[in-house]
Amino acid sequence: MISFLRHGIATASESAKRHRWFYEALFWAAIVLAALLFPSQHLLMIEISIIALFALSLDLLLGYAGVVSLGHAAFFGFGAYLAGLLALHGIVREPVLAMLLTGLISGLIGLAASTLVLRGSDLTKIMVTLGLALVFYEIANRLTWLTGGADGMTGIEIAPLLGLFEFDFFGHIGLAYCLVVLFLLFIVARCVVDSPFGWSIKAIRDNPTRASAIGVPTHRRLMAMFALSAAYAGIAGALLTQTTSFVSLSVLHFERSADVLLMLLLGGTGYLYGGLVGAVIFKLLHSWIASLTPEYWQFWIGAFLVAIVLLRRASIRSALASIGERFRPAGHAQGRAR
Amino acid sequence: MTAALETRRLAKHFGGIIATNDVSLTVKHGARHALIGPNGAGKTTLINLLTGVLAPSQGSIHLEGKDITGIGRAARVKLGLARTFQVNSLFAEFTPFETLTMTIGERLGIGSQWWRKLRGRPEIEKEAEDLLETFHLVDVGDRPTKSMAYGKQRLLEIAIAFACKPKVMLLDEPAAGVPESESAEIFQALAALPPDVTVLLIEHDMHLVFRFADRITVMVNGAVFAQGAPDQIARDPRVRAVYLGEDA
Amino acid sequence: MLTILFDGVAYGMVLFILSCGLAVTLGLMNFINLAHGAFAMAGGYFAFLLATRYGVSFFATIPLVFILTAGLGLIIERTLYSHLYGSSHLEQVLFTVGLVLMSIVIADYFMGAQPVSIPLPEILRGQIEIGGVGLGRYRLFLILVCGLLTLGVQLVISNSRFGRQLRAAVDNASVARGVGIRVNRLFALTFAFGCGLAGIGGALGAEIMNIEPTFPFKYMIYFLVIVAVGGTTSLTGPFLAAMLLGIADVARKYYAPSIGTFTIYVLMIATLLVRPNGLLARRS
Repeated sequence: MISFLRHGIATASESAKRHRWFYEALFWAAIVLAALLFPSQHLLMIEISIIALFALSLDLLLGYAGVVSLGHAAFFGFGAYLAGLLALHGIVREPVLAMLLTGLISGLIGLAASTLVLRGSDLTKIMVTLGLALVFYEIANRLTWLTGGADGMTGIEIAPLLGLFEFDFFGHIGLAYCLVVLFLLFIVARCVVDSPFGWSIKAIRDNPTRASAIGVPTHRRLMAMFALSAAYAGIAGALLTQTTSFVSLSVLHFERSADVLLMLLLGGTGYLYGGLVGAVIFKLLHSWIASLTPEYWQFWIGAFLVAIVLLRRASIRSALASIGERFRPAGHAQGRAR
Repeated sequence: MTAALETRRLAKHFGGIIATNDVSLTVKHGARHALIGPNGAGKTTLINLLTGVLAPSQGSIHLEGKDITGIGRAARVKLGLARTFQVNSLFAEFTPFETLTMTIGERLGIGSQWWRKLRGRPEIEKEAEDLLETFHLVDVGDRPTKSMAYGKQRLLEIAIAFACKPKVMLLDEPAAGVPESESAEIFQALAALPPDVTVLLIEHDMHLVFRFADRITVMVNGAVFAQGAPDQIARDPRVRAVYLGEDA
Repeated sequence: MLTILFDGVAYGMVLFILSCGLAVTLGLMNFINLAHGAFAMAGGYFAFLLATRYGVSFFATIPLVFILTAGLGLIIERTLYSHLYGSSHLEQVLFTVGLVLMSIVIADYFMGAQPVSIPLPEILRGQIEIGGVGLGRYRLFLILVCGLLTLGVQLVISNSRFGRQLRAAVDNASVARGVGIRVNRLFALTFAFGCGLAGIGGALGAEIMNIEPTFPFKYMIYFLVIVAVGGTTSLTGPFLAAMLLGIADVARKYYAPSIGTFTIYVLMIATLLVRPNGLLARRS
């Protein structure tokens, strides 16, 4: 079924490329429509938009830069705690300002972290990113005076947005806030991805040797992308804190990193919408399974990861087989020009 | 007069293996300098040293008189040194048009711009189209590189190096793996290189070498074995003995 | 101080035996198996069940655990892992993380959340006096057994036909196939062997590490560090890394228990800064 879907999506995407603007406008219009039609679901929609932004941040890192990260929750959690601290201690009261500041600092942390992560092989990247998230978790766990430790950070009061819009219990203001942020950051991401910088990142992922052979300073560019990705993740974390007035250690759990990877697996990487689509599917999946077996949710996430990877392999293998039939290997005298 | 490219006593050791042995090479401006030698002679290693993929154990490299020994790969490209790879190293998912557009963009220094689109810049796209035409790639210009025939991919390799508008071009066996029927295009492309670009060419195809080169360096076991004008080399009995055999 | 060294070495040896399989699968099949710890956990549980429910003597559980865990590994390899050979590292990570999550819940469901305790025979309890110093009998046993296992593995890899084929396949799988080596069968056997070792490690380590449902996740980073820092070209690198880690962790527990498990991360980062390609890497 998956391969059928993929084929359908592939042909749809051929024509979609030409009518891109139309489909995209449709997508966002649908979101706004959903928000207007289901006012009682706004809290759920806030959750989805936050994890969608988180997934988008990882898509930039994984889908475009090709960096495998097992610990992206580190930046999500960092942003969440930072936003919590900014509000709790009255350092920056206004939420939008706090969110932007959190993004900036998360980006800087990401820049620093990238010097460690971007060395060596995939294995090293996996190890370092996992280790990073674990370290952040440990720090948050132990610095109880700062983070509230295992009990979480309570007593956070979020000031009205821009001094005008007070957050309400139904999530109306919160959803508008999250959606606007998501949309704007999406536009920025789109800009970056289509820019010369974005192209060079895709080139680095495709063939790093070739990229440096045409003069791309690969390490610097990757660091910048990493920082951007961390900033986005941090902002997603900040939105979570600001819309729930609470931060707990769960923002740094390994499961967050695993969840967001599953979202990208479900939605696809490298076209920016993957995270958004994946977030919706994931949340729906989560709600459905949680209603059936709440304690064993972790098992089902694992099972889904396994199943989807296996299905992809099956469809890739058959796709590769058919490609192999159509194109002769290099060096054959009958190489066609067309 | 400064040479376009020069190495001074360049050497590279891998553990106990000496891959490059005291190589002092001078490539004059506008030269068509060929580097030949048996397999394993260290020719590609030399190119890797020149481009910064490998760091030398000893010696120095100078581009237009400037010492580039400690300079990184990307920076050397910016200074005017471009290469092709012996085995195609291309962006599999990009089309030739996209690859060339991107390369030109890097050359023009807009590679780090993140706010404007890459596409839709007429000067760049015109140049890319011209290159596609020069290198007979117009018919495959908008298809992913991985779907192109090998010969076309090889032409793209050279086109990319060209798009860097280098002062010195290092071509590593440009005709390697290309069937007879397609190598004519490669010869044409090489002949069309502008005279002010310096070319250092590794090749096994002796027809190509003697047609193209104005100076030949023979490498054996990582060291320079003989140097001189093509007819000198062709007549040199030592070279014939070690390499040319009966193919001269 | 000597006790720390002694305990650290014992711990390090167990960590090495545990990581052996991962190092070999990574080096051989370029496969990042994050679920490696799940097989170690299985080994620990097998040993527990054998000892408590079936009254098998402790010493006898060791070879039995090897066989059981190797068998489990073989089954899972043939049914699941084999479909992923040639896949990207990302897919391997996603796949094996999925397996880890599943194994954690399965373990919790069948064995409960409490760490299991394997009853030790009299001879391994308490301390023994050697040269005036009291050394834990069990840890001494660990060092001996793991040392023997390490030598055994090294011998098998360097001297046996299996080992030769293995090394050939690591070098170049397609050439190895061309020479008639059944690479897929080799992969399956090696994987099973690695799982068997992990199982023994889990059984032996039950006394000093906690065999509980979250084990595969808790120790994932340890194995990753040992293999990433130690490299996969030979077993010496991981051995040194495991020793370093074992000693550092025990020392940390002793001198600064409040710090928590930071040692491993600090170690990892420090090594990476100095040696981005692992402890013994020579080439960049």
